[in-house]
Amino acid sequence: MTQHILPSPMPWFNSGGVLPVLARNIGLILVAIALFGLFLALMGRDVLDAYSKVYNGTLGSKSGLGEIGVRMIPFVLAGLATALPARVGLINVGGEGQLHFGAWLATGVALYASGGPLFITIPFMVLAGFVGGSAWAGVAMLLRYWRNVNEVISTLLLNFVAILLVNVFVFGPWKNPDGFGYPYTANFSPSAILPAIGGTRFHWGFVLPVIAVFVLYFVFAKTRWGYNIRAIGGNPDAAQRRGIPVGRYLLVAMLAGGGIAGVAGMVEVAGVQHHLRPEISNNLGFLGFLASWLARHNPLAIIGAGFLLALVVVGGDLLQFSADVPSGASNILIALILFMVLGFGHRAVTSR
Amino acid sequence: MITVPWRNKRIVHELDLPLVSDCQITEDVSLPCASEEAEVANVPLLSLQGITKRFPGVMANNAIDLDLKHGEVHAILGENGAGKSTLMKIIYGYYQPDAGTILMNGKEVKLRSPQDSIRSGVGMVFQNFTLVPAMTVVENVALFWPDQGMVLNHKTLSARIQEVSDRYALEVDPSARVGSLTMGQRQKVELIKLIIANARLLICDEPTSVLAPHEVEGLFKVFDELKADGYAILFITHKLREVMATADRITVLRHGAVVGTVSPKETTTAELVTMMIGNALPQAIRTEDYRDEWGETEPALEFSNVTTDPADQGVNLKQISFDVRPGEILGVAGVSGNGQEKIGEVLLGLHRKQSGSVKLNGHDIEGWTVSAILNAGVGYIPEDAIGMALVPDMRVEENMVLGEIHSFANQNVFLDWGAIRERIDASFSAFPMTMPEPGLEVGTLSGGNMQRVVLNRELTRDPRVLVAYYPTRGLDVNTAEITRALLLKAREAGSATVLISEDLDELFAISDRLMVMHRGEVVGHSRPADTSAHQVGMLMTGHLD
Repeated sequence: MTQHILPSPMPWFNSGGVLPVLARNIGLILVAIALFGLFLALMGRDVLDAYSKVYNGTLGSKSGLGEIGVRMIPFVLAGLATALPARVGLINVGGEGQLHFGAWLATGVALYASGGPLFITIPFMVLAGFVGGSAWAGVAMLLRYWRNVNEVISTLLLNFVAILLVNVFVFGPWKNPDGFGYPYTANFSPSAILPAIGGTRFHWGFVLPVIAVFVLYFVFAKTRWGYNIRAIGGNPDAAQRRGIPVGRYLLVAMLAGGGIAGVAGMVEVAGVQHHLRPEISNNLGFLGFLASWLARHNPLAIIGAGFLLALVVVGGDLLQFSADVPSGASNILIALILFMVLGFGHRAVTSR
Repeated sequence: MITVPWRNKRIVHELDLPLVSDCQITEDVSLPCASEEAEVANVPLLSLQGITKRFPGVMANNAIDLDLKHGEVHAILGENGAGKSTLMKIIYGYYQPDAGTILMNGKEVKLRSPQDSIRSGVGMVFQNFTLVPAMTVVENVALFWPDQGMVLNHKTLSARIQEVSDRYALEVDPSARVGSLTMGQRQKVELIKLIIANARLLICDEPTSVLAPHEVEGLFKVFDELKADGYAILFITHKLREVMATADRITVLRHGAVVGTVSPKETTTAELVTMMIGNALPQAIRTEDYRDEWGETEPALEFSNVTTDPADQGVNLKQISFDVRPGEILGVAGVSGNGQEKIGEVLLGLHRKQSGSVKLNGHDIEGWTVSAILNAGVGYIPEDAIGMALVPDMRVEENMVLGEIHSFANQNVFLDWGAIRERIDASFSAFPMTMPEPGLEVGTLSGGNMQRVVLNRELTRDPRVLVAYYPTRGLDVNTAEITRALLLKAREAGSATVLISEDLDELFAISDRLMVMHRGEVVGHSRPADTSAHQVGMLMTGHLD
């Protein structure tokens, strides 16, 4: 009989026990952190001191938690942007580009149409972000239908186009005339800024990933669309032969995924940067991609994966100062965690 | 001095590398090195005694006895599902037999893995080759070479390949990149690989299926050369002409058992067909009421001159025309892979046709969506349940409503599990065969149970047109019989059925009309009463006269 290696659609939930799988993965992450500690020790650093400083700067303080929250918002959104297409078998590596395009369109609204009150401008910016990301993902789908271009290649390469397109605007027509020559747009007006919460950088943008997670979870688990998505992801040939409009599902999943990535871009400019500039993303799109794979494309689990990546990224920044390690060091920790979770985290799920 | 006892002395000095000792290789599986006497005493190279292998619901091999002599080409002939591949996989160590013994040169051996088999001198040329296209011939052979050191000795190996190639007129350039070779040349590389790895029994699984006609001739010449040097060749096929041309002996398998072993000199193609597919008309479920007077009844399904692009993958349809009326079963006979699978795909609109038309209840369905076609009352049982009909990661109950989920959603959105379970309870309890638990994941079921799910799903929809591929494949005898009864019941209820099968017993038992396909064409059309299994068998295998 054929061996099927496709991940179960809801492995964390239908494998009989959430807790054993969760415990297993937390254990693996601790192993990765320990291995990274070994690496620090080899570099001659005081591991305990470094880790305690990281703890104080992240989980151990209000500002630290706020910092994690700020990073989590786009990670979770970008993770969902990968997860939704992945559920129907499409690999969206274009989160980065869709995010930039969404940020660009949302910035357009902020710069030219933010005269109204906050509760009108912000929804328009969210919509603009969604439409922008969706359109950018749509380019990849057009290439797929017209010229049969694989979406992995097209979404990946379109990232660079989108990033450079943003640069054209921030170095050109949208450059702030009062910005001392820096390639930034003018700062957004207060009605185009997501308000911060509790004296930290954490902001009201968190509502968006929360809504997105629960909508997607609900769609996957309870609706006929979710059922058809599972069928297509599980066996597109059978789904097609039973009359499910596979092509339409692929298109909608990709466009919606791109849209969510675009909203991540909007959140980044409206919640954190308050203007558009080059390199707004700092690899958010790619980290979201990792979050989705860590979570095996499960919306609820993406919250956990987003938290983990945010913790590592914020902690990595702190390590640079506290243990005087290069900025690339946190990438080593991310890689270790990925190897651990992707390499060993699945076994409890597949063995039945 | 190194001896290669099982080979003709003549080539020992020419071929053997100083590093390789055959005795060394065979020691692990306690093979006699002194088989030279064995050969003289005419002990078979390979002897299978009472080999039996069961799979759930099927007796794949039933007490098979087979002798393979040194220096003979031995053809294994049989229909799909006759047990040929299972037997080969047992010899190659993939499967362990449930009962029976394997002797090599008169000594019992246990072949627990392909490695065991390779070490004891069995080599297999697979239908789809196991070569790396990006690598050269030398590199590919090196991958398979058992006794190499840490560093690949390019020169020695190259020379060795050249020797083998010259000896057997294989004409293979050791430095050529495999990707640039034709299929015929690749096959020769496979043979060289096995010869250099000291195989003396070469299993060739339908070796001519990938070859152009002139390459087939070349391959058979190579067989002759190998034979002369004492190699034994097991040649699996269902092409009678080739068997008659090359084999020294032919063993025919049917339903997992040996029907007989004959020599081509003492037999005829007709006799072999009879051995392959059985003799008399089977005990028919019904013989009398063939319908052939239709009066005013319109066909429910009509193919007119349907042709698919010859450039498309696989065998393509050439001017296929047929119709099926309500209450009729059209049996389509043919060796699988002769274009039958395209009939269903063209009907569903999954495969574009180049010309011709398909009508469903009188309507041309050009441009219809799959779901529109299914909603018009088409039931479809594809040839591969797990690949084309079911989602392995979903439960049985979920698979039962695949493509129909909108009928089980509240406000057209939310899944209504109560309604789904009701539907399944109703269709499972009224169904005359045992169904698997609705809550099980389909991927964990046996092949037979998967097929039951598909049968239940398609037949309980009361299709007006039913296209059924090998509907009884993988089912035990009893369930297969029930399935045929269900097809007849659907026929009574007025469904127009296209039954695609390789099982002539089945086709003769329940078809109103028969159609034979070969290489994408309809080569015969008849009432079952006016033909014979033998005649259909000849047509299926390309004997058109």
